[in-house]
Amino acid sequence: MNQEDKELLSEIIEDDPTKADSYNIRKNGKGIDRKVNPNIDIVPKEENSGIDIYVKEDTLFGTVNIPVIITESGLKDVVYNDFHIGKNANIIIVAGCGITNNGHKDARHDGIHRFYLEEGARVKYIERHCGLGVGEGKKVLNPVTEIHMKKGSYMVMDTTQTKGVDDTNRITKASLDSDTTLVITEKILTSNDQVAKTEFEVELNGENASTHVTSRSVATDDSYQEFTSNIIGNTKCYAHVECDAIIKENGKVKAVPEIYAKNIDANLIHEAAIGKIAGEQLLKLMSLGLSEKEAEEVIINGFLK
Amino acid sequence: MLELKDICFERDNKKILDHINLVLDTSKFYVITGPNGSGKSTLAKIIMGIEKPDSGKIILNGEDITDKTIDERAKLGIGFAFQQPVQFKGITVYDLLKLATKKEISKHEACTILSKVGLCALEYVDREVNKSLSGGELKRIEIASVMARNPYIAIFDEPEAGIDLWSFQNLTEVFKEIQASSSGTTIVISHQERILNIADEIILMNSGTIQKVGEKEEIFDHIFKPKKCCKEVSAR
Repeated sequence: MNQEDKELLSEIIEDDPTKADSYNIRKNGKGIDRKVNPNIDIVPKEENSGIDIYVKEDTLFGTVNIPVIITESGLKDVVYNDFHIGKNANIIIVAGCGITNNGHKDARHDGIHRFYLEEGARVKYIERHCGLGVGEGKKVLNPVTEIHMKKGSYMVMDTTQTKGVDDTNRITKASLDSDTTLVITEKILTSNDQVAKTEFEVELNGENASTHVTSRSVATDDSYQEFTSNIIGNTKCYAHVECDAIIKENGKVKAVPEIYAKNIDANLIHEAAIGKIAGEQLLKLMSLGLSEKEAEEVIINGFLK
Repeated sequence: MLELKDICFERDNKKILDHINLVLDTSKFYVITGPNGSGKSTLAKIIMGIEKPDSGKIILNGEDITDKTIDERAKLGIGFAFQQPVQFKGITVYDLLKLATKKEISKHEACTILSKVGLCALEYVDREVNKSLSGGELKRIEIASVMARNPYIAIFDEPEAGIDLWSFQNLTEVFKEIQASSSGTTIVISHQERILNIADEIILMNSGTIQKVGEKEEIFDHIFKPKKCCKEVSAR
């Protein structure tokens, strides 16, 4: 890894990723560095098509970093990463992709992440996406996340895409057994003529399964964002979906919520709010001495924090 | 010293403020009162710069600030607590207090500020300033964000609005403390007798004009003096 790679990496993982208990760093379609430990094993799939991550049952606490960086213009990287989280294991997974594209061809990364949580497993999954570089070629990221949760498991998924991604099509699907909780928070900022589409499909299959899906988005300039959610309650369950968006300039945001209760005890809620920055928020911060521009920055940074 | 000179403000062909002239001394605690729609809140917003007068001048310590923006006035030491506390997604109480004080205060310092408005501070510093807080809590945080700046002129727009009487009773203590300790000018818009009771001077407004400025007894006499009843009028 050269200095440029390290800088790109720091955009998606704040701390040095090699300091984690285990990690796998992928650059331009190939794994370049890996570390495992007795509780967390990382096994490459054939032909660099991805990795299998195995976390032993009852792992008390562990961290896995699996960042991907792309610096080759014109590269299309498709990767399948499967996470097998053992019974009652407790783990933090930090993933994400940074693309630097200084060329004229598009650079694209399609990361397909599948999570298999055994009974009682607890996962915090953090995913960061960003694009850098001044080339005409687009930076395209299409993450797919599939989550399968067995009885009593718990997962928090925190995804952020804050800058430089020209085109993204994000798909998150989850199926929840009984007594499970899935908390998803997604934050997306688009500018210029970027496009971001995100789709959530969560099936609540087991009794007392619950999910909270929060999407916060800011669409500026001529960018476009689309949020689709489809939550299905098949049994006694709870779901709360919240889509909040701030639009600036010619930014456009479309929210398509769908909640489907198939059982009398399913309790599903959806909230969506799209609008410009509230005038009174600006007034309040200006009354504390911030200029209008400073106030706007504080509001947006807080919103996407 | 703050002077309002011949302030007029009209909207939808209705005179909201009609030739307001007022001089407010430093270190006094003023309460502006009057019926709903008498122009109290508009007057407060005009001082902060949230609304611009159609005519007239606002003079702060000899300087004409009529054309200054809200943030410029804030930097000159004017503070304003909103009647409806503003809520923010993702901004914590601690963030708001840091913005208010304009420095990297410690959580301990933030707690000291919050305790002045009667909040058990550690429970609040990391909470977001959003609807998860009750009306009374938001109101206190709003007031704290103004007190934190230690403004030269502090304006509180109907602190009693939207909170239950129990919470308000506690808030009265906060204003008593401000009255006793503040070295600047305090302006509170209120209908509440408990607040009127602590005023150095009361400004009574009606139909966009200032009816009377005076001490409590004087104003209370004016407000509560028996009006002639209809029978007396018709008997004439």
